[in-house]
Amino acid sequence: MNHGTIERNSILLLVLCLVVVSIGGLVQIAPLYWIDSTIEKVQGMRPYTPLEQAGRDVYIREGCYLCHSQMVRTLRDEVERYGHYSLAAESMYDHPFQWGSKRTGPDLARVGGKYSDKWHVEHLNNPRAVVPESIMPSYSWLGQTPLDLSMMEPRMKTLATVGVPYTDDMIANAAADMKAQVSPDSKEAKALLARYPKAKVANFDGSDEVTELDAVVAYLQMLGTLVDFAKFDASGPNLR
Amino acid sequence: MAERRTFTDVLTVLVAVAFAAVGLMYLVLSPDPVMKFHGTVLALSAIIAALFVLPNKLVQPFSTPGSDVDYCDGPIKFATIAAVFWGIAGFIVGDLIAWQLAFPALNLDLPWTSFGRLRPLHTSAVIFAFGGNVLLATSFYVVQRTSHARLAGRWAPWFVVWGYNTFIVIAGTGYLLGVTEGKEYAEPEWYADLFLTIVWVVYLLVFLGTLMRRREPHIYVANWFYIAFIVTVAMLHLVNNVTLPVSLLESKSYIAYSGVQDAMTQWWYGHNAVGFFLTAAFLGIMYYFVPKRAERPVYSYKLSIVHFWTLIFLYIWAGPHHLHYTALPDWTQTLGMTFSVMLWMPSWGGMINGLMTLSGAWDKLRTDPVIRLMVVSVAFYGMSTFEGPLMSVKAVNSLSHYTDWTIGHVHSGALGWVAMISFGAIYCLVPWLWNRKALYSIKLVEWHFWTSTIGIVLYITSMWVSGIMQGLMWRAYDKLGFLSYSFVETVEAMHPYYIIRATGGALFVVGGFIMAYNVWRTIRGDEPVDAHEQPRVAAAPALRAQMI
Repeated sequence: MNHGTIERNSILLLVLCLVVVSIGGLVQIAPLYWIDSTIEKVQGMRPYTPLEQAGRDVYIREGCYLCHSQMVRTLRDEVERYGHYSLAAESMYDHPFQWGSKRTGPDLARVGGKYSDKWHVEHLNNPRAVVPESIMPSYSWLGQTPLDLSMMEPRMKTLATVGVPYTDDMIANAAADMKAQVSPDSKEAKALLARYPKAKVANFDGSDEVTELDAVVAYLQMLGTLVDFAKFDASGPNLR
Repeated sequence: MAERRTFTDVLTVLVAVAFAAVGLMYLVLSPDPVMKFHGTVLALSAIIAALFVLPNKLVQPFSTPGSDVDYCDGPIKFATIAAVFWGIAGFIVGDLIAWQLAFPALNLDLPWTSFGRLRPLHTSAVIFAFGGNVLLATSFYVVQRTSHARLAGRWAPWFVVWGYNTFIVIAGTGYLLGVTEGKEYAEPEWYADLFLTIVWVVYLLVFLGTLMRRREPHIYVANWFYIAFIVTVAMLHLVNNVTLPVSLLESKSYIAYSGVQDAMTQWWYGHNAVGFFLTAAFLGIMYYFVPKRAERPVYSYKLSIVHFWTLIFLYIWAGPHHLHYTALPDWTQTLGMTFSVMLWMPSWGGMINGLMTLSGAWDKLRTDPVIRLMVVSVAFYGMSTFEGPLMSVKAVNSLSHYTDWTIGHVHSGALGWVAMISFGAIYCLVPWLWNRKALYSIKLVEWHFWTSTIGIVLYITSMWVSGIMQGLMWRAYDKLGFLSYSFVETVEAMHPYYIIRATGGALFVVGGFIMAYNVWRTIRGDEPVDAHEQPRVAAAPALRAQMI
C-alpha cells in the first residue's frame, strides 16, 4: 500500500495508529493475568487490617511513594541493606501498588519491625529529632487527626469488589477491629488476630484516640513481615 | 445558517447548565469537603462558560486578516496565555520542592505545602497544564493552517480548552488537599478522570473533524503525530485509570488492578505519557514550527514516514524498563529493555529530520534566537533519547534506578526538549495570532535562551553527579565485605548538589518570567524595540507582504 493512501484518509490513519500502539501493551500486560508463575505461591499473605489499610490510604494521600520505594530488587547490596528481595505475591492485595520510582529516602518494603513504635511516632512527628541529617518533611498533623472508625467499612467493601479477599466477617467488624488494634491484651484484639494473623497490636501513638498516626505506624510495622521465607521455595514452583 | 448558530448556542448553554447542575449537586450532597469544593469549581467554570456563550462573545464573525479561511484562533490564544501562566506556576513549584530537598524546613510543617503533595502538583502543572496547553494551542493552529480549514465545531474548540483548564484546576487543588490515586502522573481521582475523558473525546472529534474538512489532499506530517498523541493518550488514560469509587459522592477510589499487574499497567502508561504526550506531540510542533521559522522544507519525507511508524510502534513497549530487577517477570523486563534500545533509532530519525531541516540556513542559529531555542531543543531531544536507551539497559539501570540520575534524565528531556521547543513555538505564535509585525523584543528572547540553557546545564550536571554518586555509595563495600555507607550518609552527601540543582531551576524560572513579560508586551501591541533585527517570518502572515 502506498503511504499516500494513509495520508489522504484521516480515519484510516487513526485506525492504523490505534492498531500499531495497541500491540505492545497487549503482549506485555495481558499475559500477566494468566501466566501462573507471575505471582509466586507463598504462605502468610493476608489482606491489610482495617487500621493498616487506613494507614496505607494516608501514606498514599501524603505522597510518601514519591520518595520511598517498596521494592527490594534482586541485587546483592539491596538484599543486604533491606532484606529478602520483594516478591510479586507481597503486593498482590495492593490497590494501587506502591513500588515507587525514587529513593530520596530508603526503601520501605521490609521496614516492619526494624524500629520501635516510639521511634516511628517521633520520626513522623519530627524526623530530625531522631535522624539529624534527614530531609523528610514533618508529619506532625497525623497524631492530631482522629480517624473516623466507620470510614473503613465502605472502603473494604470497595476493595473486596476489586478482588481483595475480605470476608463478610472482616467487613462487618471493620470499626471494632480499628479500635482493637490499638487496644493490647483485649478480647477484641484476640478476635482481630484470629482474622488477621501476625497483625501488630499496640497503642502506637500513646493517645486514647485512634489517630492517623496510629494507622500509619501500624501500616509501616507490618510492611514486609507477612511472608514466611523459611517456607518459601524460590526454585520449585516459583521459578520464574 | 443563523438558525443553526442559534441552535448550537442554545445547545452549548444547556450543556453548561448540565455541568453546573452536577457541580452544584456535589456542593449540596457530598459529605466530602474536597468534593464540595470541586463541585463548586465545576459549577463556577460552567456558569462562566455559559455567560460567554450567551452573548456570542468569543466566536469571530469576520475573516482572519490576510487569509481566505475563517480561522478559529480564539481558543488558541487562550491556550497560549494559559501555557505561559501554568508554565511559570509549574516551574516555581518545581523550584520550591527542589529547595525543600536541600532545606527541609521549607516544608513548613503543613500538609498542603509538604513535598509529597507539591511534587504531583509540579509534575502535573508542567506536563499537563503547561505542556497540555502548548499542545492544544499548537495542534489547533497547525491543523487549521495545514488543512486550510476552520476548526470543526462552533463552541467545541472552546469547550476543549476551557474544560481542559478546569480539569487542571480540579486535579491540582485536589493534590494539595490530599486527593490522589497514588499512581505517578495519573494522580487525578476518578471524577477528574471522567471529566478529562469527556474533554479528550471532544478534542479528538474537533481535530478529526477539521482534518475531514481539509482543502489539501494530504494530511501534513505534524498532524500524524498529533493524531497518534490524541488517540494513544486516550487509550492510556482509560486503561490505567480503571478505578472503583468508594461512593459516588466521595473522592476516594481504589484502582481495579493490584501489585505486579498494576505496576506494569502504570509504567506502560507512565512511559508513554513521556512517549506520546511529551514526545510524539512535541515532534508535531517540531515538524511545523522548525520548517516555518527556518523557511526551509522538512529534510526528508521518507525519513518522517519511517520514523513516525517505528516510533509509535516501539515506544509502547518500553514501560518495563521502569521495573528492572523488581518482582515483574524477567521476560517482561527483557522485552522492555530490548524495545527501549531499539527506540534509539526512530528517536534519532526524528532528531536528524529536525536538525537537517536547517540545511542551508545554519546562519539563522546565530541571528534568530527563536530558531536557536528550537534547534537546541531538538539537540536535547537527541541527547536524552540516547541517554534513555542507555539507562534502560539492565546493568546500567541497576545503578541509575531510584537515584537522581533519573531525575536529571527526565529534566534534560522536559526542560531541554519539551520546554525549549514550546518556548520557540510560543514566540512564533504570539505575533502570528495577535497580528503583530514582530515580537516586542528579540533581545529578551536571547536572554531567555541563555538563562534557561545555563539553568538546564546546572540542573542536569548536578543530578548526573549526585545520582551516580548515590548509586555507587549504595553498592559500595568495605574491605571486610560490609556495606560502606548507611542510607542517611548518602542523603547527606547530596546536599551541595541539591543546592546547585535548585539554583539551576531558579534560572529557569527567571527565564519563564522574561518570556511572560515579552509575550505580554507583544500582545498589548507595544511597538517592538528591535523589529529590524527580527526575521520577516516573525511577523503575522498578513503583515509580511508590506515588510519587504
